[in-house]
Amino acid sequence: MTGRILDVQNLSIDIPVPGGMLHPVQNVTFHVERGETLAIVGESGCGKSLTSLALMDLLPSKAKRTADRLILDGIDMTTLSEHKMSDLRGNRMSMIFQEPMTSLNPAYTIGNQLTEVMLRHKNVSKAEATDRAVWLLEKVGITAARSRLQQFPHQLSGGLRQRVMIAMALMCGPDLIIADEPTTALDVTIQAQILHLLSELQREFNTGLILITHDLGVVARVADRIAVMYAGEIVESGTAIQIFDAPTHPYTQGLLACIPIPGKTPRGSHLGSIPGIVPSLVGSFDGCHFASRCPHVHAPCRSGSIAMREGLEAGHDYRCVLSPEQSAVNYASEAAQ
Amino acid sequence: MTLLDTKDAVIASELPTNEPSPEQILRRRIFGHVGFMIGAVIILTIVVLALLAPYISPHDPYDQVLSRKLIPPIWFDSPKATWDHPLGTDQLGRDYLSRLLWGARISLLIGFSAMLISGVIGTLLGVMAGYFGGRVDMVINFIITTRLSMPVVLVALAVVSLIGSSLTVVIWVLGLLIWDRFAVVMRSATQQVRALDFVAAAEALGCSTSRILATEILPNVANHLIVVATLEMAHAILLEAALSFLGLGVQPPEPSWGLMISEAKGLMFFDGWLIAIPGAALFMLVLAINLLGDGMRDVTAPENRN
Amino acid sequence: MVAYLIKRLGIAVLVALTVSLITFSMIYLSGDPAMALAGETATEADIRSIRQFYGYDQPILVQYLNWLWSALQGDFGQSHYLKKPVAEVIFERLPTTMLLGACALTFALVLSIPLGVLAAIRPNSLIDRAALTIAVVGQAMPSFWFALTMMLWFGIYWRLLPITGTNSWANFVMPAIALGYYITPGVMRLTRAGMLEVLQSDYVRTARAKGLRPVTVLFKHALRNAIIPVVSLAAVQFGFMLGGSIVIETIFAINGLGFLAWESIQRADLPMMQAIVLVLSIFYIVLTFLADVLNAWLDPRIRVA
Repeated sequence: MTGRILDVQNLSIDIPVPGGMLHPVQNVTFHVERGETLAIVGESGCGKSLTSLALMDLLPSKAKRTADRLILDGIDMTTLSEHKMSDLRGNRMSMIFQEPMTSLNPAYTIGNQLTEVMLRHKNVSKAEATDRAVWLLEKVGITAARSRLQQFPHQLSGGLRQRVMIAMALMCGPDLIIADEPTTALDVTIQAQILHLLSELQREFNTGLILITHDLGVVARVADRIAVMYAGEIVESGTAIQIFDAPTHPYTQGLLACIPIPGKTPRGSHLGSIPGIVPSLVGSFDGCHFASRCPHVHAPCRSGSIAMREGLEAGHDYRCVLSPEQSAVNYASEAAQ
Repeated sequence: MTLLDTKDAVIASELPTNEPSPEQILRRRIFGHVGFMIGAVIILTIVVLALLAPYISPHDPYDQVLSRKLIPPIWFDSPKATWDHPLGTDQLGRDYLSRLLWGARISLLIGFSAMLISGVIGTLLGVMAGYFGGRVDMVINFIITTRLSMPVVLVALAVVSLIGSSLTVVIWVLGLLIWDRFAVVMRSATQQVRALDFVAAAEALGCSTSRILATEILPNVANHLIVVATLEMAHAILLEAALSFLGLGVQPPEPSWGLMISEAKGLMFFDGWLIAIPGAALFMLVLAINLLGDGMRDVTAPENRN
Repeated sequence: MVAYLIKRLGIAVLVALTVSLITFSMIYLSGDPAMALAGETATEADIRSIRQFYGYDQPILVQYLNWLWSALQGDFGQSHYLKKPVAEVIFERLPTTMLLGACALTFALVLSIPLGVLAAIRPNSLIDRAALTIAVVGQAMPSFWFALTMMLWFGIYWRLLPITGTNSWANFVMPAIALGYYITPGVMRLTRAGMLEVLQSDYVRTARAKGLRPVTVLFKHALRNAIIPVVSLAAVQFGFMLGGSIVIETIFAINGLGFLAWESIQRADLPMMQAIVLVLSIFYIVLTFLADVLNAWLDPRIRVA
């Protein structure tokens, strides 16, 4: 079954702070097809986590969320009451968080925490929910699943807890899973396993997966499509191949240049970096958000708002005044240095 | 939004913020903190009044004029009320305003002294336990637990009844009994500071223990100390009032507020102001001290705010 | 968990012994206890016979050990004033104080925990400020003044409640409030602080992300964790209340242990005074130990190590 499971258009978040109005997320547009993995990539503070919270409507009431379209499998989420929204959470749409060590309640067994989400949303008996919990635990690679149900979170390692979180996200068979930096807090060796697991499960259950991360290495392995976020905006989006082969936005190019490649990057050369800091997002902003750090900045970059435009291929969009050809030339010459 | 919706409290910590300068922050905190300002103003007023009591009291607080007993305060609609005794007189004809002012001196004196004594004992014990850890900590913890197991009011009463009560006795008994909060708080504060890197750095440099305690530990636990000191002063004042109320604190004819309430309790049905006035005074003083203490905690370390 | 509890039990026993030693030596503060008991008009012979009767002529250590040994068997000696065994009198009056303490604790918890929870889910709202105001006011009010004022208004002016004695449940209303309000601020603040912290925790965020109902999130997930330190505090405060009941019992003429303590102090009934202080201390120690047990049981991280 294919088709769009999530459609987001012009999602913005405004938060009043002392000193004005903060705009951590501005007119973000993306979509997720059923069964595909969309990776949202960006550095800390670019707004990617807030975006995911906005999708689940888990922002505090001080924050205002606006969107032209926010549709989950045909359901318009912008007009839903909190009550109806809570019916969706954990059920049609679930979330996996970054910190497995603290994301589980220490006072209850993992069996209790797994079954409670199914008992909340589906009309099943305790035994049925328990059976499904065992089945999912085995699916995520946890042995002796049935006896594990009686264990408490503190008796499990970080990697195991994250697997439990994944199982918990799958309990009600959601159409969409949002994973917010699911491997950042784990050992490097475990990271690979978890990613592989997520990717497999997503394919098996045909769920959409939004993978939020700052790690391009992670993205390369599992993403079908990538959206690059910077300072609250999506600056480039396309398939993984398009982004890696032909990064068009200077920020994306900078990100890729930061990754040292064994065998290719010459020894003793400087590690690539992007100088400067993220601009303040309080109040109104003129021009491109990346202007202060862009190596190719010129006059048209600093005024007006820069819209997304199509790059070298269809489906590959980016937010820059430079033409795709000019950008490609820039990238090639930088790579040669 | 329903009453039980937890939306606001959850995820508040994930929002980004903007920061002004440290001096600005402190000044804004102090003057913007309503509780702190109210507490400070009230305490200052009471302290000034208490210090000036010998000069501003209309009468001698011990002076009994039986012909003028039980005059109600001036706001009462009574022919007996007179501006000569704005707060009325008690059952022995003593001017209540004067007794109130002089009583402030007693409360403040006892509160402050007991706080000092218990502060020295508690801080010494707490800092040693927090800094040295190990067996020292175990022993001191044991001492604290033993002290905590004993009912303070009862022990204070028993001791005072056996030794005999006077201002000095009350101060020392309270001081020797209420140091537990100091010890507990200073211990935990010292433990936290001790684990910080700059202490390890000082030790690595070869600084002597006493020097480390003086220059690294103490300045960083000072704000906790001040907060506990104010709260314990309030505690001491209330305890003295309770002891005097039960007759085993300050003795008559001294105008301790607790004693004034006790002396008047038989008459409270007809002359209610006799207990209302000193009670209100106690309440205001303790409230102000608590507000000040809480305010100081908020101002110096808002992360500990309730 | 068992190892943890055995260690706590060991410490409790040691503390109890130390307290008994301190309590015992208290009577020597007055100088010669025999003289204190005998009174001012006693002759030298009277004093000597009292000294012998109570064993004050023996070395202190021996006296302590004798006293301790008897105490462990439930014999606290004879009340000099009442001419009855101390233990008998104490256990006669103890239930009343326990009842008062239980009522006061119930009142305090029923008031402060819901307030603390509401204040935490609506921080800086009207109810939060009201709760904090109650806390601040409660901490500043002298208990005896509060008790007297309540007596005046509810007992005398409005004639709603009886002011002395222990005939019916109504007699316990004002004393329970007067005794309980003092711990309300502490419990409320701790509940509020605990809830605020827990509500910002990752696992509560997970609970909300699972679409659980607000009631479930609040009680099953948040309060369950926030309440753990409150339980310890409540147990400890119960102990304080038992000790502090002397003021309230005296005012409301409730015939409990506090009132008995008051009377014995007036009468210089030393064996009684010693015994009461010891009994209350032991109670407090037992309560703290029970609080430890409860704490360990409530937190699976300790229960299932």
